[in-house]
This record gives sequence, C-alpha cells and structure tokens, in this order.
Amino acid sequence: MTDTTAHQSHDPSSEGDGGTRRDFIYVATAAFGAVGAAGAVWPLINQMNPDKSVLALASTEVDLSPIEEGQRVTVTWRGKPVFIDHRTAGRIEEARSVDVADLPDPQTDAERVKEGHEAWLVMVGICTHLGCVPNGQGSGESRGEYGGWFCPCHGSHYDTSGRIRRGPAPRNLDVPPYEFLDDTTIRIG
Amino acid sequence: MSGHGSNYVPQNKVAAWVDSRLPIFSLMNDQLNAFPTPKNLNYWYTFGGILTFMLVVQIITGVVLVMHYTPHVDYAFASIEHIMRDVNSGWLLRYIHMNGASMFFVAVYIHIFRGLYYGSYKEPREVLWILGVVILLLMMATAFMGYVLPWGQMSFWGATVITNLFSAIPLVGESVVTWLWGGFNVDNPTLNRFFSLHYLLPFAIAGVVVLHIWALHVPGNNNPLGIDVKDPKQDAVPFHPYYTVKDAFALVVFVIVFAFFVFYMPNYMGHPDNYVEANPLVTPAHIVPEWYFLPFYAILRAVPDKLGGVLLMFGAIAVLFIVPWLDTSKVRSATFRPIYKQFFWLLVIDCIVLGYVGSRPAEGVWIIIGRIATAYYFLHFLVIMPLVGLMETPRPRPKSIAEAVLAKAKSKGEGGAAAQPAE
Repeated sequence: MTDTTAHQSHDPSSEGDGGTRRDFIYVATAAFGAVGAAGAVWPLINQMNPDKSVLALASTEVDLSPIEEGQRVTVTWRGKPVFIDHRTAGRIEEARSVDVADLPDPQTDAERVKEGHEAWLVMVGICTHLGCVPNGQGSGESRGEYGGWFCPCHGSHYDTSGRIRRGPAPRNLDVPPYEFLDDTTIRIG
Repeated sequence: MSGHGSNYVPQNKVAAWVDSRLPIFSLMNDQLNAFPTPKNLNYWYTFGGILTFMLVVQIITGVVLVMHYTPHVDYAFASIEHIMRDVNSGWLLRYIHMNGASMFFVAVYIHIFRGLYYGSYKEPREVLWILGVVILLLMMATAFMGYVLPWGQMSFWGATVITNLFSAIPLVGESVVTWLWGGFNVDNPTLNRFFSLHYLLPFAIAGVVVLHIWALHVPGNNNPLGIDVKDPKQDAVPFHPYYTVKDAFALVVFVIVFAFFVFYMPNYMGHPDNYVEANPLVTPAHIVPEWYFLPFYAILRAVPDKLGGVLLMFGAIAVLFIVPWLDTSKVRSATFRPIYKQFFWLLVIDCIVLGYVGSRPAEGVWIIIGRIATAYYFLHFLVIMPLVGLMETPRPRPKSIAEAVLAKAKSKGEGGAAAQPAE
C-alpha cells in the first residue's frame, strides 16, 4: 500500500515538460477513437452517393437522321431530359448575332455546338435555376421572348443557343459531354 | 418543480413496490397530475396538448399506411391508389394522415405566435423556445419528405426544386445535390431515402418533444400576464383536473375542424397535379409547395439571386433561434406592451401576405409585394424587436396572478355576483 501511494504521488510530476504519460494516453485514445468514428461514418455517408449501377447508365447513343430541320426532340440521358434542336439557318444566325458581352453568362454560339455540326444544339433540358424542365420542345409551347426556351417555374428565358437572357437562372442550359460518332449519330456521356 | 423529491405515495402495494425501484408513478403524478399550473391560462395555451395529439395521430396513421405503401418509383403512385381504393379504410387513414399534416402546421403556427405574443421565449425559457424551433425544422423536413412519397407530379417537382436549393452552395453545391439524390436526378434512390427518413424523423420529433416538455416543467408555464407564479397556493392550480379538462375541450373543437376537412374537403389543402404520376420530362406549369411552406417560398423567390434567396429562406427560420436575445424588453406579455402589441399583429399580417404571395406566380406586382413583405419580416425581428423593447414604456403589471384573476372576477361579478352567493 505505502509503496503504491508513494509511487502515484511521484508519477505525474516526474514526466518533465508539458504532459504526463496519462495525458498522452488520453489524447492517443481520443485520436484513435476519432479516426475510428470517422472511418465508420464514411460508408454511412457514401452509401447515399450514386452507385455503380447508376453510373453504368451514364451514356446514350442517339440517331439524328430522323430529326428534320427546325425540329426539336427530347431524349433521356442519366434520367434527365436532353434537348436536341436541329436548327434552321435563321435561328443559327439569330444566335450568332447576339453581343456576347451583354449576356448574363457570356458564351458564343460556337462554344455551345460542335465544329462542323453547327445545326445541332444538344443541351441538358433542365433549367439552371431550380431544375424544372423549360417549355419550347413541343410545337404549341411558349418559347419565351428570345425564341429558345422558357421555364414556367420562375420565368427564365433562354435564346436559340440555350443561353440565359432574362430571369433568375444563373447559367446557360448545360451542354452535356457528347461526340459525333458519324454525321448522324451522337453519343452523350 | 422537477428535481425535488416527490411527496407522492402510490395507493396500491404493487405500484409502491415498482415506484420505489422505478419512480414512474411519482413522475407521472408530479408532471401530469399535481403539476402546479398558473390559474389564468387561456385557450391559446391548449395547442401544446393538441400538438402532442397530432404527433401521435401522424405516427399511428403513418405506421399503418406503410403496411400498404411501396417505396419504388414504378409502384409508389399505384400503391397510393391501392390504399385509396382497395385497402379497408385505407382512404380514411390516408386522408387523416394527409390533412393531419396540415392541421399539425395550423396548430404549430398558432402555438409559435402564442409564444411570440406572451413572450414565452424570454428568460428563463430560452432553451424551451430553441427546442421548439428545432421541432419546427424537423417537422418541415418530415412534411417535405412525406409529400414526395405519393410520387405525383408535385411530389417529384417539389423534391427537384427543394433539393436543387442546395446547388446554390458555392463549390460543393452540385456534389451535395448528387449525394442527396443518389444519382443525377430525383429518382428511385431519392424516393427510398426520403421514405426511410420520413419514417425516422417523427420519432426524433417525439424525442425533442420530451426535452421540450422537460424544459417547460423546470420553470413551469408562462401565462397571459407574463408574470411569475409567486405563491403556488394562490396563483396556480393542479394540472389535473383543471387543464386536462380545458385541453380536452379544446382538442374536441380542434378535432371537429380536422374531421370536417377529412370527411368533406379532403383534397382542399392538396394540389390536383399530385394525382398525376411523376414525369421527369414534363414540369407542371405552376409549381407550388404545400400551403404551410408558402411564406418561406415567397421569401426564396423575393431575391433575384439564387444563393441569396436560399440563404434568406433558411435565415427566416434561423432568426427565430435568437429571438430571446433580440427582444430587449423585460416585460414578457404583449398585454402590457402597447407598441409591441401593434407590431406583433403587423407581423401576423406580414406572414399571411407572404403566404399569399407564395401561392401566386412570380411576376408583376407579386414580386414587389413579396420583396416588401420579406424585408418587413426581417425588419421586425432584427430592428423593431430590439428597439421597441428599449423605447417603449410598458403598462403597469399586476402584483400577482391571483390579484389579477380576482380583480377580473370582481369587475365581471358586479352583475353576476348574485349567481354565486355561496362562495
């Protein structure tokens, strides 16, 4: 008994500058526990991210040959609508004649299409404001004040190049990654 | 009122045996039966009990609805129709659950404005108030996710718009939204996780409600005069039978209104578009949230900037957390605050205006009205509340609850005194 008491009273003060061995054990235990907890929490968070089966559906091939000039069609890619617009020369001209500096999200029409395929405008058909699908694909639908698309949810107007012109949307309609496999086929994704 | 030893002795031997090992009977007696409650509580104070009832109703109807619902994008909409047409009493259970959510919010908004009017958030009830705001947030999350489950057009597009709010977060916004969705769009993973959380959160609410009542029972109830109970024998009455009866009567009246909606206008507070199955390729022409979110929706749309709108909308609730420190007045009840009382009613009107603006399309004059009402909402809490507290001269308050109650009885009793001569 006496031995132990003497030893204990001696121990804490004898470890030199800063901490004692006991402090070290506390900190080491807490740190070990924190790393363990973070490791355990990560799968619980990550399980909510898109899984491999969702990512595997990430590309779609589209045959453009049946789409006539002036026609717009909607296809799906990753569960989202993708607008394909076979533009007329007049509409392309309209899109090119805009002064880019005046746009909320400045982009030239050439940056939004593939070189040599300027007639084809391919965009994700989701308003960049809060995710509604803009009108303008169907024949009777409002195309907004700039002849492109109009989002009915909060009133965003897009032009014939899918660029935001007026309304709360912060960006132009997104152009998905796609490539022309040949003159009449594209792969989106 | 809690923490001191109980004087309660169970009558029955078995109960006494249990109580000495787990003092559950003492606890129930002290908190639900003998609990000293100010004798002047009015009917605005019955909404706590009504809310507890509504939580139980929602949990019970929700648990049985889950026995028939299928959380899958291909079957969810059909399973709701199955509940409505095939399941025995399914229509009744669903209509109770649907309208129950609305009635829950009716009650909670009255309860919150009651607290704002009588200064129930002030010292020493700050934690009680904060727990209440936490419950409000949990209720909003639960209601939002519940609305997604029928997988109608409003479910889908409501979920899309609300989850997209998080894309306004700088840098990580898009990743956060993808994470919430479990994909690149609101889809089956989204429906499944919302279902899971919609089942979980009501029990989290129940847990916070226990803390809320605990925090209430430490200082005891506030009351319409806003003055403390000084002598429990004079100023207070036992909770049972005085307030159990009063709460029960109010509950019956409330349930009559609730039943009216369930049986006669079950879809009045819903939206017809939600009886159209979700279609990710077509957005309905006019998306509106449920009525209880409209004021917040109006605030979101009042700001032309996406991030700004989102921040302001969350700010509208966040500001409630600091109300106990924004109100600088020492006097609790607006009854004795002639200036604050007027601003209180202006706030009520402002919230109703915001709600109406939220239901209109965002164009023309509604944008302007929405902006003014939004500005006023924040002005009320951040400027008017602190300034009025410093500048206003409150009216004199009675010395005690008993004195005020007796004075009121006397002035009323001039004519009616003959009716109660024996007392």
